[in-house]
Amino acid sequence: MKSLVELKELKEKVQIDLEKTEKKILVCGGTGCVSSGCKEVQEALSSELAANDLEDEYKIVETGCHGFCEKGPLVIVYPEEVFYCKVSPEDTKELVEEQLLKEEVVEKLLYQDPVSKESISSYRDIAFYSAQQQTALANCGHIDPEDIEEYIATGGYEALGKAVTEMEAQEVIDEVKEAGLRGRGGGGFPTGLKWQFTRDAENDTKYIICNADEGDPGAFMDRSILEGDPHKVLEGMIIAGYAIGADKGYIYVRAEYPLAVKRLKKAISQARERGLLGENLFGTDFDFDLHIKAGAGAFVCGEETALIASIEGKRGMPQSRPPYPSQEGLWGKPTNVNNVETYSNISTIITNGADEFSSVGTEDSKGTKVFALAGKINNTGLVEVPMGITMKEIIYDIGGGIPNDKEFKAVQIGGPSGGCLPEEKLDLPIDYDSLTDAGAMMGSGGLVVMDEGTCMVDIARFFLDFTVSESCGKCTPCSEGTQRMLEILERITQGKGKEEDLDELENLGKTITDTSLCGLGKTASNPVLSTLNYFRDEYEAHVNDRTCPAGACKPLIEYHVTDDCSGCTKCVDECPADVISGEKKEKHAIDRTECTKCGVCIDVCPFDAIIKK
Amino acid sequence: MTTCQCGDLEENKEKYLAPLKEILENYDQKEEDLIPVLQDAQEEYGYLPKVVLREIADSLDIFFSDVYGVTTFYSQFHLEPRGENVIKVCLGTACHVRGGARILERLQDELGIADGETTEDLKFTLESVACIGACGLAPVMMINDDTHGLLTPGEVPKILDQYNQG
Repeated sequence: MKSLVELKELKEKVQIDLEKTEKKILVCGGTGCVSSGCKEVQEALSSELAANDLEDEYKIVETGCHGFCEKGPLVIVYPEEVFYCKVSPEDTKELVEEQLLKEEVVEKLLYQDPVSKESISSYRDIAFYSAQQQTALANCGHIDPEDIEEYIATGGYEALGKAVTEMEAQEVIDEVKEAGLRGRGGGGFPTGLKWQFTRDAENDTKYIICNADEGDPGAFMDRSILEGDPHKVLEGMIIAGYAIGADKGYIYVRAEYPLAVKRLKKAISQARERGLLGENLFGTDFDFDLHIKAGAGAFVCGEETALIASIEGKRGMPQSRPPYPSQEGLWGKPTNVNNVETYSNISTIITNGADEFSSVGTEDSKGTKVFALAGKINNTGLVEVPMGITMKEIIYDIGGGIPNDKEFKAVQIGGPSGGCLPEEKLDLPIDYDSLTDAGAMMGSGGLVVMDEGTCMVDIARFFLDFTVSESCGKCTPCSEGTQRMLEILERITQGKGKEEDLDELENLGKTITDTSLCGLGKTASNPVLSTLNYFRDEYEAHVNDRTCPAGACKPLIEYHVTDDCSGCTKCVDECPADVISGEKKEKHAIDRTECTKCGVCIDVCPFDAIIKK
Repeated sequence: MTTCQCGDLEENKEKYLAPLKEILENYDQKEEDLIPVLQDAQEEYGYLPKVVLREIADSLDIFFSDVYGVTTFYSQFHLEPRGENVIKVCLGTACHVRGGARILERLQDELGIADGETTEDLKFTLESVACIGACGLAPVMMINDDTHGLLTPGEVPKILDQYNQG
């Protein structure tokens, strides 16, 4: 690519080509939809197209994640933009015959609003989408991520062209600073400031790193961006390289994300072919190239100094800071580390300007944020919303509320570093600082909703169990302290808690926060401290009354058959431990001494006649 | 009598390590290449036997103890042979609240092994993982490359049967 003019000419040409293939069928190829069988749907669609002589008329495009994972496999037919969900290979015949040949919508495959029961044909009218405002996800699910031209047609790489040909490096940093962009990976450090530190560090060699080691359980936004719009991440990184004066970058991506790695490799080679990576970009003297490093499964490598150690081929253990990576990072050189979503926001800031970007959001948290909605919620998937929206809007308006008429109990935000917020905090506007004040954390943006059946002590134990197994062992407060906290929590969930345990947990938690070396340890106590703060009565019930109010902690519950039992023998047949007895049409009985409390009987009972207490 | 195929015996060593040597040729053989080399080697051998680690240490000119340290630090690497089918049960937050632990328990009962172990016939390896990013389908497990979602413990035996045959 020799100039911005050349890029714009290519864009126009590609746009014209794309308009010719206006008729297309988008099949979501995100990980959620792959798991629900989109590959088979795609194959069935292409044979149906062939059978109806439509293969020249319609193009099937496999896109990245469209966000609405719960309803996958998703199929969108253009130009009508009809949105079909839960499509199976068997449905494709009808879909092709009705929608494509007769131009009639296939009612049964449309999304049905859970409240009004109305069928909705355009995704833009579905509350899950209409309440969103997409920047980082804007292209995900709409373009073919393996075709650089589709990205260019959306205006892709123009921000890079503008930055390197029309702006000084310092101007780029000033724009990012003014936009108020803060790191989307968890800490929320101002991105422009980080760039400035790395630019100001004196050294001939500097590096750019993209942290794609998304490890928070319940967060999958980085994966979806890498799979759905990899070029946007590359563009952000190249602009960062120009701004700080680096000519080399690394993307550190989890090896558990094979599809993301594949698409990144393809994107890098396409960008090199087009001269968007390499030497003399846009005819200037700016050179930049990118390499992929696959992680090997260590949560702590999401911490920037541990990540750098891992790229160097070492055990991924963090170092004390300062010196910060912006001063001494990869191989001792100044290094700028940002996460995937942060880089995805850069091109928009450069193209539209800082003012437009910062017009969205709150005073100190600008722009939009992607959240991964999961757990006990009707609409699971990825959503991008303006900062400052309330948790209630996300959970009820976009997420469609709690399934099976259950009561909302808590929302866990920020993964193992975050906390659990109760109902009274649902009106809290979401931004970095308000969440931290409430004892949670933005983290990477995983939102896991919990209902009355989730035990908060068990959730705290669950996160500590995770932290203990992922603690790298370098500093004592984290490696030993979290272990001691876990022991106490295990004791409590087994009904062996002592009265002084709760204070002990609080003490330990605060000490670990104050004295740990890195972010993993400093935030490890958050799930415990926040649940102790908001759900102390549940802890007390375990310790004082030896009961688990949510019915989740096995040693504290027993299974009972109620009088609603009709004697259908279903549970007798299904019980893996063979401890349920009873004749047909007679009330069954559970031998509680041998019962493993696996819950299969509750799953299969058609009369809800088995309860835990 | 069948002869030992592993690289522990001097006469087999060269043949056994030939694929590793090919892998090493793709790299500059610097310390930063250690993790990618281990990944490729595990892909080739299924796990990382001692003789392979020793050869990598020699080629990259790093202490064996450092290679061992890196191998045991990252959960992706395995020092023992793995089963023909690798089951990864997700115990991420979303799966946890939707009953992922019940799926793991049932798998342990059915296979008679604990989390992280391999069955004696080398048919199955069972491991729990923190999140596979398919939270919409929780609880989820992966067997090899297949994802099985929205699981109930009762479905486990049937699913295992599909992999037990043939």
